[in-house]
Amino acid sequence: MAGGVSVELDQLLVQFDKFVAVRDANVRIEPGEFFSFLGPSGCGKTTILRTISGFLEPTAGSVRIDGKDMAYIGPNKRPTALIFQNLALFPLMTVWENIAFSLEMKGVAVADRRKRADELLALIALDGQGDKYVHELSGGQKQRVAIARALCAEPSVLLLDEPLSALDLKLRQHMRTELRAIQRRVGLTFIYITHDQGEALTMSDHVAVMREGVIEQIGDGRSIYDDPATAFVASFVGENNALPGRVAEVRDGMALVDTTVGRLRARIATAARDQLRVGAEAIVFIRPEALDLDTAGASDETTIHATVIGEEFEGPNLHLQLRHESGTELRASLVNKGRTGTASIGSSLAAAFDPMKAVALPSGALSAEE
Amino acid sequence: MTKRSWLGAFLDRNGLALGLYILFAVSFWLLFLIILPQLAMIDFSLRHDLPAAQQGGPLDVWTFENYRHFIFGLPGNPDGWNRLDVGVFGRTIVAAAFVTILNFAICYPVAYYLAQVAQGRQARVMAVALVVPYWVNEILRAFAFRIIFGATGVINSTLQALGIIDLPIDFIRADIALYAGLGYAYVLLMVFPLYNAIESLDRNQIEAARDLGAPWWRIHTRIVLPFAKPGITSGCTMVFMLAAGALAAPQILGGPSNLWFTQLIYGQFFESVNWPRGAAYAIILLVACTLLVLLVMRLFKVRLGEIGK
Repeated sequence: MAGGVSVELDQLLVQFDKFVAVRDANVRIEPGEFFSFLGPSGCGKTTILRTISGFLEPTAGSVRIDGKDMAYIGPNKRPTALIFQNLALFPLMTVWENIAFSLEMKGVAVADRRKRADELLALIALDGQGDKYVHELSGGQKQRVAIARALCAEPSVLLLDEPLSALDLKLRQHMRTELRAIQRRVGLTFIYITHDQGEALTMSDHVAVMREGVIEQIGDGRSIYDDPATAFVASFVGENNALPGRVAEVRDGMALVDTTVGRLRARIATAARDQLRVGAEAIVFIRPEALDLDTAGASDETTIHATVIGEEFEGPNLHLQLRHESGTELRASLVNKGRTGTASIGSSLAAAFDPMKAVALPSGALSAEE
Repeated sequence: MTKRSWLGAFLDRNGLALGLYILFAVSFWLLFLIILPQLAMIDFSLRHDLPAAQQGGPLDVWTFENYRHFIFGLPGNPDGWNRLDVGVFGRTIVAAAFVTILNFAICYPVAYYLAQVAQGRQARVMAVALVVPYWVNEILRAFAFRIIFGATGVINSTLQALGIIDLPIDFIRADIALYAGLGYAYVLLMVFPLYNAIESLDRNQIEAARDLGAPWWRIHTRIVLPFAKPGITSGCTMVFMLAAGALAAPQILGGPSNLWFTQLIYGQFFESVNWPRGAAYAIILLVACTLLVLLVMRLFKVRLGEIGK
């Protein structure tokens, strides 16, 4: 099987009439990498995928695969294979005919097609199911057939358009592991589109977070989660408490921000080092799991006093809904260590946080999704 | 499920009044408009052509004489078989099949474009443009074709004016006008079943095939056509049946030397006033066309139930 190759987007602009779907996209995806585009629906991630696969031509800028400019090269001539959101398996063909479709198009003899299809069926653990029709398979099996069909075309880059979104939660989690395993085994470059940050973080080497046609941040899962570059990334990826305010002091990469819940100390995000000045509008983001009821060693600037207004017990975690006297609401997630030390609804408490785990960012659009 | 519970469930679902109306309408349609007239035709076809006075008399017995006549002609026929009638019959079937294929070849690209390529306003305008010509009466349309294809018609005068031909081409005698007229008459009956079938094809299927290296024509032969097979069968069956059974267009557009089989049937009924023979010929046409359609469906592995999809 051909190894993975690099994919580069250079100043990519894709426009439909007056609507700009993607702008200024500059990305370099390394050979053999699992790369995800993450963003809410309508952010332009599918447009990027369709541009890489050749179904759309860029309005400006270029797509390079393995260093070669792909302008005006059709999808059937590119070293890419696309796995569609609804899989788009051919219902009138058997499983093996589906898998070997690309070989049929190349004029490979039936016996050789069948042989290759059987090899791929073994790879996806569906040995002996080649003569079934697609509708006789379960959701997860169809998923794997779609992967096998794409792999059969021997692409260097596999493009996946939210292929797991139709599956139920358990299967989705299982398929994440499986996709990652298949990717490691075949060594191809995988480009994955999703609005599910869990999928993106667990599977990817690198993630690009998009909003309204613009890539806001590219990084590995940890940096996206722990060191977001914009307010949108901070609010879209994972849960976050957003506390807007004004910068009172900046020193040694830390900021003091006057928010509705008081003056808070937070680390300035790496991407915002040069932007946050005293007097600027800023937002302090504190993850629910960064809040702790143990206030030992905390200062006023790392403590929030609030009333418990709600409680969700999830098993391993206990989520508390808190309200500060200013009306600002916060969420705290505590690891379940037994019932001791938790607060009941209506009681007042103090929640402390490690200022290194709170992030200060310039104010900006937040994610519309909670 | 027993018949009673099926009926009960049907009435429960639709309500008593509506349920009874549907049952009545459908059974009336089937019984009085299809089954009984056909039985009457079969009965006619099996009788001698007797003067009114002898009908119901001792000579009025069932016979296969009319069917025999179709194949062998009059007693003492020197050919040994009915060259004229069988010949007309054969030409009609072949011509109807030709019209069907021609129609499919013209309508498939149109239906595909309408279903998968055209969007919004463009698709609506196209659909209207297809339908509007059918507001014109069928007979008028046939006459219009006669004028277009006539010796001094638009086509001939244009070709002559351009200096491409010297003498007018006799499109009527060559049956070109007839094929064009018949083909045009059933465009809608072909386009809409095809459109329905192709429209329900997921665009991603086409894109997936393309992504996997299929050139455009392979996308059609391997993905679109197999998917649209029920629609193709439905459209082709209707066009073939109606073309083989057409009367007005062959009367108006047919060449003087070429009869359509329906014209023979018409002649038996209204010129020779030999109803039994006319009935027999009509039955022959019906049965032959039905068998042919079933045979072709068999060949293409389409089941009858799929057509309704």
